[in-house]
Amino acid sequence: MEPLDQDLEEGELEMPADPMMLNMGPSHPAMHGTVRIVVELSGETITKADVQIGYLHRGFEKMCERGNWNQCYPCVDRLNYVSPMLNNVGFSLAVEKMLGVTVPERTQYYRVALGELARICDHLTCNGAMAMELGAFTPFLWYVRAREMIWDIFEEETGARVTHSFGRVGGMAKPPTAYFKDVVRATIPRVLAVLTESEGLLLKNRIFLDRLENVGKVSKEVALDLGWTGPTLRSTGVPYDVRRAHPYLVYDRFEFDIPVGTTGDNFDRFMCRQEEIRQSARILEQCLDQMPDDGPINIDDPRVVLPPKEEVYSTIEGTIQHFKIVMEGIKVPAGEVYSYTEGGNGELGFYLVSDGSGTPHRVRIRPPCFAITQALERMIVGAMIPDIVPTFGSLNMIGGECDH
Amino acid sequence: MSTDTENTPWMKPRSGDFTTKKVERPTRDFEVQSYLPAVTKGLVQTMGAFFKNTKEMILGQKKDPVIESLSWGITTISYPEEKRPYTDRFRGLHRLTIRDDGSPRCVACLCCSTACPAQCIHIEAGEYSEGDPRRGYERYPAKFVIDELRCIFCGFCVEACPCDAIRMDTGLHAVPYDSREQFIYGKDLLMGMTGRDGSRLTENPRHEPGDPDHPGIDRERAH
Ligand code: SF4
Ligand code: SF4
Repeated sequence: MEPLDQDLEEGELEMPADPMMLNMGPSHPAMHGTVRIVVELSGETITKADVQIGYLHRGFEKMCERGNWNQCYPCVDRLNYVSPMLNNVGFSLAVEKMLGVTVPERTQYYRVALGELARICDHLTCNGAMAMELGAFTPFLWYVRAREMIWDIFEEETGARVTHSFGRVGGMAKPPTAYFKDVVRATIPRVLAVLTESEGLLLKNRIFLDRLENVGKVSKEVALDLGWTGPTLRSTGVPYDVRRAHPYLVYDRFEFDIPVGTTGDNFDRFMCRQEEIRQSARILEQCLDQMPDDGPINIDDPRVVLPPKEEVYSTIEGTIQHFKIVMEGIKVPAGEVYSYTEGGNGELGFYLVSDGSGTPHRVRIRPPCFAITQALERMIVGAMIPDIVPTFGSLNMIGGECDH
Repeated sequence: MSTDTENTPWMKPRSGDFTTKKVERPTRDFEVQSYLPAVTKGLVQTMGAFFKNTKEMILGQKKDPVIESLSWGITTISYPEEKRPYTDRFRGLHRLTIRDDGSPRCVACLCCSTACPAQCIHIEAGEYSEGDPRRGYERYPAKFVIDELRCIFCGFCVEACPCDAIRMDTGLHAVPYDSREQFIYGKDLLMGMTGRDGSRLTENPRHEPGDPDHPGIDRERAH
């Protein structure tokens, strides 16, 4: 190439005025969950953005429609893989709603406890990753350290750290371990201590604040129009929480506040998640106090739950019942149902259609971050390139759930 | 299946009064705007942890990463020198339990391969030879293969087995190999693995045909 300073008029030295196209993702450190953002830039300002999802599409719904109802659990585990237990709980409730059965009280408390632990994990991961993307690596490690403690509890209870596959239609795979309550009670104060300590590093740091405050603002009306739910909606000031608006399980027995923001910017979303971790800890405390120590875990219905192993080994009735459920699956009455719970990111809905056989006819999921991600485009247009990172981070888009 | 609308967990009335809590907005006071105090404080906090951890490292006061995993300080586990014991419910590699005479407990009922969501169990059933007391009473797996690479360790096979013939209590995680074939675990390998307590036996109390106190009836020798 010719050196530019030869034989050129002053006027020709100007930079070309064409907009510049920039690809972020699908494999980019800040694009967690493989999403691609094509932005058109004028200088450093974004004039157009195109958010492309679908890089993690695994045909989850079709996969569920292949096996029987219980075989969906490994699939729903992998929806929102930072809080798999909440998906397990949501799916169990959906099928039970269709069956018209209610799990015993002890299981309801157990599900609430495990679900809230998963919610804490979810928010810790989101906030930690967001801090890391803004250059604060220490809080990220601390947050992950706290998450580790909770995963240890999960491993103790379910046998796997992330892919629990622990829910079952009509109950849980196993009863709580004898030391479940003690372990949770010992862990939660430690998690909260880590949270407070990390806040000390972040909330007075001007670099961190400058990149969050008044960036990626969304108004109440827009958020509602777009179908936002969860912490992102609450950060705009709408106190909508499925646990309060339509209480399921035993959530109506607990005292907790709904954290709401005022501006709906990145900072509010960050703080809402921080506060929700504290509220979850509050719920957990009350839940453990109220949870009965013994009692059945599964419903007493031989058509839905597997009989106890001793019966299968020694009686013909038990063996037949066992074979019927394993080979044919649970017969869910024909019909359709929409069931919704508060997932890590917002309202996690399952729309299920059954044709009366042991196999789901249609499984449709309403992932909270699908609705949330569609706002990204309008949030970053007009902003600068560095604003993409915290804005996208605060939406907590989870690829596995979004590309359903 | 009846629906009790009052108490079903998904039909509870909307709770009327709930409390909201406004989250804090950042304060832009002098301390924040001048940047240095906050950064100094942050550095003091992290360097404090750094020196404390280094001191503990050098003096050998490092916390035991397994027993004191909740305590402050470095609790990193230096795998493989240090290992975390797996929990009781941990779902590890599979094993097939065996009977007293060394034959597999499995009766090739195909429950586990039906329940497996990853479809990674392959079983070919075989009949016992003529004259065997178990012939006509039950079958045995002529071939039993688990693809441990395809397996998602969900534990459904263990739950589905009506004979306690397959278990995941070996306490071993899937190990890395250098070729795919090595992940295909055959019957002999699966039968050779022991549980964490070293046992290969099963808890299934079922009697063997031919036992003097066998209570049941089989096709050849009806009571
Ligand atoms: S653990 Fe799950 S995936 Fe693995 S063999 Fe058993 S049923 Fe199949
Ligand atoms: S391992 Fe158990 S479930 Fe599987 S074929 Fe054998 S007896 Fe049946």
